[in-house]
Amino acid sequence: MSKIPLIIDGKEIEAEEGISVLEAARSEGFEIPSLCHHDKLESYGACRICTVEAEINGRSKLVVSCVYPVEKNLVVTTRSEKVDRARRLILELLLSHAPDSEQLRNLADEYGANKDRFEKEPSFCIHCGLCVRYCAEVKGKHAVGFINRGSSREINFIPELVASECWNCKECFPLCPTSALQAAYVFTAAQVSTTPVFEEDTN
Amino acid sequence: MPRINSPDELEKIRNEILSQKDTNKPCISICAGTGCLACGAAEVIAAFKEEIEKQGLEADVDTKGTGCPGFCERGPIVVIYPEEICYLQVKPEDVPEIIAQTIKENKVLERLIYLDPSTNESATRESEIPFYNNQERLIISNNIKIDSKSIEDYLAIGGYSALKKVLFQMTPEQVLEEVKKTNLRGRGGGGFPAALKWEGSRNAPEPEKYVIVNADEGDPGAFMDRALLEGNPHLILEGLMIGAYTIGAREGYIYVRQEYPLAVENVKIAIKQAEEYGFLGNNILGSEFDFNVKVHQGAGAFVCGESTALMTALEGRAGEPRPKYIRSNIRGLWEKPTVLNNVETWANVPLILNNGADWFNSYGTDRSKGTKIFSLVGKINNTGLVEIPMGMTLREIIYKVGGGIPGNKMFKAVQTGGPSGGCLPDSMLDLKVSFDELTEAGSMMGSGGMIVMDEETCMVDVARYFLDFLSDESCGKCVPCREGVKQMLKILTNITQGRGQAGDIELLEELGEVIKGISLCALGQTAPNPFLSTLKYFREEYEAHIKDKKCPALYCKELISYYIDPEKCQACMACLKKCPSDAVTGGKKTIHIIDQDKCTKCNTCLDVCPPRFNAVRKISGEPVPPPIPEEERTIARGSKEK
Repeated sequence: MSKIPLIIDGKEIEAEEGISVLEAARSEGFEIPSLCHHDKLESYGACRICTVEAEINGRSKLVVSCVYPVEKNLVVTTRSEKVDRARRLILELLLSHAPDSEQLRNLADEYGANKDRFEKEPSFCIHCGLCVRYCAEVKGKHAVGFINRGSSREINFIPELVASECWNCKECFPLCPTSALQAAYVFTAAQVSTTPVFEEDTN
Repeated sequence: MPRINSPDELEKIRNEILSQKDTNKPCISICAGTGCLACGAAEVIAAFKEEIEKQGLEADVDTKGTGCPGFCERGPIVVIYPEEICYLQVKPEDVPEIIAQTIKENKVLERLIYLDPSTNESATRESEIPFYNNQERLIISNNIKIDSKSIEDYLAIGGYSALKKVLFQMTPEQVLEEVKKTNLRGRGGGGFPAALKWEGSRNAPEPEKYVIVNADEGDPGAFMDRALLEGNPHLILEGLMIGAYTIGAREGYIYVRQEYPLAVENVKIAIKQAEEYGFLGNNILGSEFDFNVKVHQGAGAFVCGESTALMTALEGRAGEPRPKYIRSNIRGLWEKPTVLNNVETWANVPLILNNGADWFNSYGTDRSKGTKIFSLVGKINNTGLVEIPMGMTLREIIYKVGGGIPGNKMFKAVQTGGPSGGCLPDSMLDLKVSFDELTEAGSMMGSGGMIVMDEETCMVDVARYFLDFLSDESCGKCVPCREGVKQMLKILTNITQGRGQAGDIELLEELGEVIKGISLCALGQTAPNPFLSTLKYFREEYEAHIKDKKCPALYCKELISYYIDPEKCQACMACLKKCPSDAVTGGKKTIHIIDQDKCTKCNTCLDVCPPRFNAVRKISGEPVPPPIPEEERTIARGSKEK
């Protein structure tokens, strides 16, 4: 693999060909927030909060760093007025669903996002897909998936698989940035099981 | 049918087909496209067959169900060759007379030919009708000449001669050069040069490559691709084969939406015929070129018209787009180089190869060559499909081809480019229609939807309608599209329902900017356009809704009231009897009053009030005048107006 030279926030770096701008930046210690990215998972590019400014051939545009591959002589700016504006609005949109998520609130503080800007619709889930993708890509179980599309999209456990696969795993739980996952799981488990799962489910 | 194994055999078969056709023998072509079928074309075809049999004319007259010629407003359409007599809105009961008069006596039935509503001039032949003769019908004109289910008909009009030429007289490089010279731009929306896309795939090192026809046409009111695929499926296949030969693909897919059953049927028949004749399969026409095509039916998601979502769906997964930083012509279907073009783009390819780049370039503007098919719909006299040379003005399309606005209403806007496009006002009517000009004006070419709106259309509601569509059709993967479009829709709904607030426009603009800037795919990136373009040209309508709670077009239900003018009401009882919610009070000699609490704003009273009284009107942005006192409601002459 050859090395690709690029500039991030004024610093000249070299990155492995094929990796993303996000990976390159983080390996050099630059901070870029992300909600749907996970080192063990394929880049997904859904939350768009890792948006950065990238200059290619003298033209600057917003790109999503977790899915944008490093390019020769790319000039990346990880924070700018444009970047912050986009991140702030994304946070405000997500906070209408998960106003109490610690991760979101910390980011909101940093970017000056107003958690009350949009009407509350506490569905908790922000559709980062970490649980769905972890279950599929790492565990190979596909016990949780997305259903519906657009604004009615939600995560759902497959009841039959929950009964056989989930009890001793639960590795997706700590991944969830809003705790919506646990709620969805308990709900499904309660539907398929005669034993009251929530009593044991305290750890 | 024996397989054709060489170019000579192809010409031999073509000559045989042509020798069996008597060009002087009358042929009755009846449009069997979806639009005309919905108007009863199947019954008309059956009536012709029955009548011909009854009269014993089977040997003397041919009949065929054809593709859509475009004049949907006047369907079912019948064209009788060789005279090319065009009959419109034909009903089964007209058929015996057509046979008796036109076929047997060679007389034209005046009542079925075109009569121009504005000039009162009649037109007997298809080519004399203004709707047609102001177009440049390079692609769609063949639709009415061939039976959509007959490969013989396609061969008779020179079908597969471009394929033959390409396979035996040209190298893939030469084909690429020829297409490049035309700068043929993608007809599906983006307008990306097809040859550049092809070249990228051709040069990609992976040996396995794919070609795809995007027939997942989903824009509200658009049906160009359906008409081409239904009407002339072999043309699309031929274009696809030429593309496959050029880039080195051996497999192709036609991704067609399930909602187009006739297109699916016709293209499947066409593929089977092409396989039998040896236009598909191994060693095509003895050229050693192998190519096969499969049909994939979409499950109804609008987003699957987006190239990467379409490919994901083809792979058997949920149709969600993926990041496009590496283009799909390099890494597409199953990560292989894939050329995806729209139906109409592929349809242009055989024409270019048959007639040459110079011929093609004689149509259009500097940067947009050839023609474009639009589906002209909405408040327009001649609803239908129109094929016009690039560079024709909106005014010419709407007034010359489209015949203007019905009911002498004023033109207000034309929406181009589907849900991702924009609305252009009358000040833009002289805009030349081409890729770059439309984009510069804040709209886009898109796949060719053209929705005409009159003075009674509320532009805020139009934006709300399209955002509603897009919110529903968003796949939900990325935040700006899923959440942002939903918020835009909420705000727009509030505005149309009288709950608009100061700051709404600014918030919509902010949302629009971010959604445009960072959404994953073209659906999200263009979703704010309906709002942004209506704001650009009709800002005062937004302000009237928000500040004055007034809908200037008198359309938004929550912002209008119905009122009967007591000076004009003749107590005729028409509205009183027809009101479905019993909101009209009064009597035979008593002036009618609308009870605003009961009124559901269904417009019935306005519809039924006799025009000579013209007593009912809509009010917006001002209070409804109080009802006149009961003692003043009696009118002496009311009785004569029953």
